[in-house]
Amino acid sequence: MIPAGFEYHRPGDIASAIGILQEHGDEARVIAGGHSLIPMMKLRMAEMGHLVDLQAIDELRGVEIGPETVTLGAMVTQHELITHDGLTAAIPLIREAALQIADPQVRYMGTVGGNVANGDPGNDMPGLMQCLNASFELSGPDGNRSVAARDFYEAAYFTAREDEEILTRISIPVPGAGVGQAYEKQKRKIGDYATAAAAVMVGNGTASVAMTNLADTPVWSESASTALAGGNVDACVTAMLDAIEPVEDNRGPVEFKKHVAAVMLRRAIDRAQSRAG
Amino acid sequence: MNDQTLTPEERATNLKGMGCARKRVEDVRFTQGKGNYVDDIKLDGMLFGAFVRSPYAHARVVSVNKEAALAVPGVVAVLTAEDLAPLGLHWMPTLAGDKQMVLADGKVLFQGQEVAYVVAEDRYIAADAAELVEVDYEELPVLTDPFEALKSDVVLREDLAGQTEGAHGPRKHHNHIFTWEQGDKDATEAVLGEADVVAEEMVYYHRTHPCPLETCGCVASMDKVTGKLTLYGTFQAPHAIRTVVSLISGLAEHNIRVISPDIGGGFGNKVGAYAGYVCSVVASIVTGQPVKWVENRMENLMATAFARDYWMQGKIAATKEGKITGLWCHTTADHGGFDACADPSKFPAGFMNICTGSYDIPTAYLAVDGVYTNKAPGGVAYRCSFRVTEAAYFIERMIEVLAIKLNMDAAELRRINFIKADQFPYQSALGWEYDSGDYHTAWDKALKAVDYDGLRAEQAQRIEEFKAGKTRKLLGIGLTHFTEIVGAGPVKNCDILGMGMFDSCEIRIHPTGSAIARIGAISQGQGHATTFAQIIASEIGLPADDITLEEGDTDTAPYGLGTYGSRSTPVAGAATAVASRKIRAKAQMIAAYLLEVHDGDLEWDVDRFAVKGAPERFKTMKEIAFAAYNQAIPGLEPGLEAVSYYDPPNMTYPFGAYICVMEIDVDTGEWDVRKFYALDDCGTRINPMIIEGQVHGGVTEALAIAMGQEIAYDEMGNVKTGTLMDFFIPTAWETPNYTTDHTVTPSPHHPIGAKGVGESPNVGGVPAFSNAVHDAFRPFGLVQSHMPHDHWRIWKIANGLGMHG
Repeated sequence: MIPAGFEYHRPGDIASAIGILQEHGDEARVIAGGHSLIPMMKLRMAEMGHLVDLQAIDELRGVEIGPETVTLGAMVTQHELITHDGLTAAIPLIREAALQIADPQVRYMGTVGGNVANGDPGNDMPGLMQCLNASFELSGPDGNRSVAARDFYEAAYFTAREDEEILTRISIPVPGAGVGQAYEKQKRKIGDYATAAAAVMVGNGTASVAMTNLADTPVWSESASTALAGGNVDACVTAMLDAIEPVEDNRGPVEFKKHVAAVMLRRAIDRAQSRAG
Repeated sequence: MNDQTLTPEERATNLKGMGCARKRVEDVRFTQGKGNYVDDIKLDGMLFGAFVRSPYAHARVVSVNKEAALAVPGVVAVLTAEDLAPLGLHWMPTLAGDKQMVLADGKVLFQGQEVAYVVAEDRYIAADAAELVEVDYEELPVLTDPFEALKSDVVLREDLAGQTEGAHGPRKHHNHIFTWEQGDKDATEAVLGEADVVAEEMVYYHRTHPCPLETCGCVASMDKVTGKLTLYGTFQAPHAIRTVVSLISGLAEHNIRVISPDIGGGFGNKVGAYAGYVCSVVASIVTGQPVKWVENRMENLMATAFARDYWMQGKIAATKEGKITGLWCHTTADHGGFDACADPSKFPAGFMNICTGSYDIPTAYLAVDGVYTNKAPGGVAYRCSFRVTEAAYFIERMIEVLAIKLNMDAAELRRINFIKADQFPYQSALGWEYDSGDYHTAWDKALKAVDYDGLRAEQAQRIEEFKAGKTRKLLGIGLTHFTEIVGAGPVKNCDILGMGMFDSCEIRIHPTGSAIARIGAISQGQGHATTFAQIIASEIGLPADDITLEEGDTDTAPYGLGTYGSRSTPVAGAATAVASRKIRAKAQMIAAYLLEVHDGDLEWDVDRFAVKGAPERFKTMKEIAFAAYNQAIPGLEPGLEAVSYYDPPNMTYPFGAYICVMEIDVDTGEWDVRKFYALDDCGTRINPMIIEGQVHGGVTEALAIAMGQEIAYDEMGNVKTGTLMDFFIPTAWETPNYTTDHTVTPSPHHPIGAKGVGESPNVGGVPAFSNAVHDAFRPFGLVQSHMPHDHWRIWKIANGLGMHG
């Protein structure tokens, strides 16, 4: 449980951080809360010569609540997501999901940016952001660009982010009044990844459903969302079960995971519908 | 000073003796982060060791290339079996009469096996260099199933080739270790053949791991000037370790000092001798510098001792009214690559022959076959006496299986088969003499406390609601009545590597009436410093707050076999009472001299000797202590101290009644413990608060084991559960609320009637949780399903019973 040696960098602004990434190429990685990366380094499954700590970059912090858009700095912690009243009023789904991530100690350190950028299919925020149709702002040597959460994930730990880019902000459209939201997660214990988790928004003739840890990326399904928008829960579940590709692990075999996925999705739909205006 | 205004009861209360919920004196340092654990020890010039471990479960080690590792600045040495062979230390004896590789000698037998030991100036360099040791392996076929291993042509232990006789009798196959038989096979088979009813089932108790908060580790420090080796370590049996180190290293025993500092939980994991200890000692002898080795969590889970892994095939016979007439058990025991079970030498399957449980079963037979596989060695008693949890789980499942066959209520089936209070001392069919018990009283109290009839009525209603589609949750009522066998043990039949399993206590009373006591046991969290002072306080009338308890340093403490198998209170606790009584006997003579009366004219009164019929004439223990040091008393040596080495005449047999009420979601397999009631009878209760704490901790470990915790291997012998992500340790969130209760049936042969309690909750808890799961599905046809009952396995039960439509 001792990582290999590395150089530690603590830049004060985004431009400096990008500069360090440019200088060291794939030898360098940024670190936010560190709760995914540091265990991997201790297991020596991740080794890099340069660690770029984003803690000192104020530009990456802050929650902005606009009438139509919520913006989260990448370094906003899960704890801040839970305790920010304005955010909870605007998008209650975020608090509901964040409360199901790990435990309080981890949530004090773990960041929303790290959670979405790492590309770990077990993380909760990517599926949530796909459900909410968020977009991720990336800064790199060639400037800034924005990528939709629904287009961001390519495979486990592979995303649309280039090596020299940093995910800086997350923009989330505020769901309309009357849209019910729910996040349902089954896990073996506190701190575990989901056996299956579902993020659902439904109301006003619209719907969006995404699921977590049931494929090598989060799964947002357009056909499942469309079916639910039309009020057809069974068709929504069927479409989602077609979209997911769970694999067997210690949480259980594929058959079980598909079953639980359907249960979680139906429960999330029930709860979201009960909250719809 | 001689306060006559207090009543005897008030004076007794002030002593904080037995029965007092005295706060733990250890917690002052533990809650302030001031404990002193092995990894807190820092010595001048200390080096660090790290292992290179096998990624394969079965492979030939073709070559080990150290060059790149040795080239790293700060690396002092890289040890392999080749380096240890000239010292005869590349193999070491196990506690079970087998031998075990210290470092891979030509092959590896389990994933995580120690192959090379890197010694460096700090632990970072050691970890980096360990990565650079190049080992060339040639993979061999892997055997992870003990039944397959007994049929396979693949020879795991080539070192034993041709040896048809093992430490415990004949070996039937090259992967077979021993057969251990108890009871009367022919008579039992005859009973089974004639019985009204026979229930048969395979009961598997899966492999798991004690996983103490602090992993195993040591610091070996050889002083080349004095020739003395000091070995600090996480040892549950420091004196036994001293003797083992002497025997295998050739160092004279007086030149070895073993110190167990504060230990962060043991649960059996820290009983055995590990490669890390041997390599650290060798490295310190070679370099003349102290060497520290501390496992990381993955190493602990993969390589140091596991627990359980017993396949128990059972048959239980009964009359049609439910009176049990016979019990038959054949166990296939998966011991991994080496037989390193930590059992008394004559008991290769521990006390598995306590498997007749709390029941009056006239005829029984047990056979255990030990088998080698490509898994880590161990087989320790994880918070239980030797294989007692396996035995209790087996019989408590067989009782449930029989109840199903008889279509009887399982509580009633237990009641009509309990050993009755007037049958004690009770001779069991498998050879034990149960010292005392009152099972019916405990059982009735437990059933009443949980409103058993009300629970069954609620369950019946729930089943109707489920069938009507109104709920997807089932209710399970898990019953257990367990009997343990602890306090090993009588020297006539209990030894470890030839050392009798007595224990000891030495007490010195200081002139001003305070005291220091030392025992041969060692706390790993049990609170000995608190409770043993209470025993002394009650026995000799000095306040517990004025008594220091020391343990764990072999240069100062009397010899004892350590702490595991709930043996501290039954054995060292008895020695403590006996030593106290020796002091009291001398104190009586001193008091008689001071009061100018005959010894026999005095009577003991809480904290003093008083003249019979004249209670105003007395000498307190404090006064007597001072007199022992400043008066020349004819016929008596000065001073006031005593030592006792206690060889127990019998084991003790704690028992208990546990009931678990569990809600189960048939769609997700999720469970929720709604109620858990634990009634323990551990005989005389020394500290009720510590007992409650022990029960809470033990039931929580039982919850973990029953509901998810396991060491699982894939077919290649890879450990699938090597981190705490997958190895279940309950947090506050998963831990239910517990209701504790008790009855008191003292042990008739123990000086203070105490039986031990630390392990009861694990022994009783596991079947209570598992039986709750089974009970929930019993109305739908479930008979037996293997632990751990994690979500998907519970879901699988429901799915197999057609409950998912």
